[in-house]
Amino acid sequence: MRLLLGSLFALLVAAVVGLGTTWLALSRGVAFGAIPIGSWTAWPRTGTPDVDPYARATIARTGELPVGSGDGVAFLARNDDVGRPLDGRCDVLVNGTTPQARFWTLTLYDATGRLVGNSVERHGFTSQEIVRQPNGSFDIVIAPRARSGNWLPTNGIDSYILVLRLYDTPVGVATRASREAPMPAIAVQSCR
Amino acid sequence: MIRWLLWLIAGALLGGIVHLVAVLILPRTATQDAYSRISPVTPVNTIAALPQPAPQQEVIPFMDPAFASAVCRYDLSSGPLKLTAPVSAAYTSVSFYTRRGVAYYAINDRAAGRRVIELDLMTAAQRAQLPEDEDVTAADRLIVESPSTTGLIVLRALAPEPGLMATARSALAAARCQLQ
Repeated sequence: MRLLLGSLFALLVAAVVGLGTTWLALSRGVAFGAIPIGSWTAWPRTGTPDVDPYARATIARTGELPVGSGDGVAFLARNDDVGRPLDGRCDVLVNGTTPQARFWTLTLYDATGRLVGNSVERHGFTSQEIVRQPNGSFDIVIAPRARSGNWLPTNGIDSYILVLRLYDTPVGVATRASREAPMPAIAVQSCR
Repeated sequence: MIRWLLWLIAGALLGGIVHLVAVLILPRTATQDAYSRISPVTPVNTIAALPQPAPQQEVIPFMDPAFASAVCRYDLSSGPLKLTAPVSAAYTSVSFYTRRGVAYYAINDRAAGRRVIELDLMTAAQRAQLPEDEDVTAADRLIVESPSTTGLIVLRALAPEPGLMATARSALAAARCQLQ
């Protein structure tokens, strides 16, 4: 009887621990080979045949198609530079320069990777349409209400994800430091 | 007390195994992966344009809205595939994914170095069957080996500004993907 109870207990622990950790790992998008630069993180190995099992499982679960390494690399940001989650009710300034690339795009998604509806049908910017300062850097204001300059509307959603994709770029699996890949800063200006 | 602690440790160890097995078999059991989402809107071994991502109507998540995309859902069981894609004005790329969404190869217009990206896609077995002399004459022919019999080829053309989206889409409309 004791043996039966004990093994049932062990099996219950196994199920909770095993499935719980799996769910945690996949819902947080755990993957190896991350390159964190400022508030941005890229997983260039996810776009190669050497993709690790966690990234494989995450991709299968979300249904996304990762950017292939011969195409480019995607940097994700969920937080601002001081670590607070990005909130669509705040005015957020993305400012700086991007790593070397033939083209880049910045896109705003909700937490599940879908575009956010807004009245001006703007979901992001490409490197060609951005208004730059004389020194080549740019300011993008991500805010719920219209702003002058490069304005990316949030439509006031609770949380969002920014994805900066670099196309035809030397940034990849071999990139290590932020010196090689300067990413723009993300700072909250005000919240309402 | 000690006995229960031992059972707890045994359970946690077994839990670790459950975790590893679950992570490894999940891609095989997923019903909402990219291939499954794309299958209903695309025929086999033909190029089909993917609808432009818009709020509430994306085929797959995390699509780049600055790009026009088209998909060739391939099945190599009856022979190798030939892909031709004219490059658009700004930027064009061709990415290859296995049935499970692994990006095993990607090339862009500059790496292809021509006005038209031409590729032969085949499995390892089909490549081994190529006559040897053909392999020699095919020195400038780009051969891509697919690790799986089925999968996706995704063609993407950049519209640097929204007004150029029609141009990007029409560049992709000229692409071809067919069995040899």
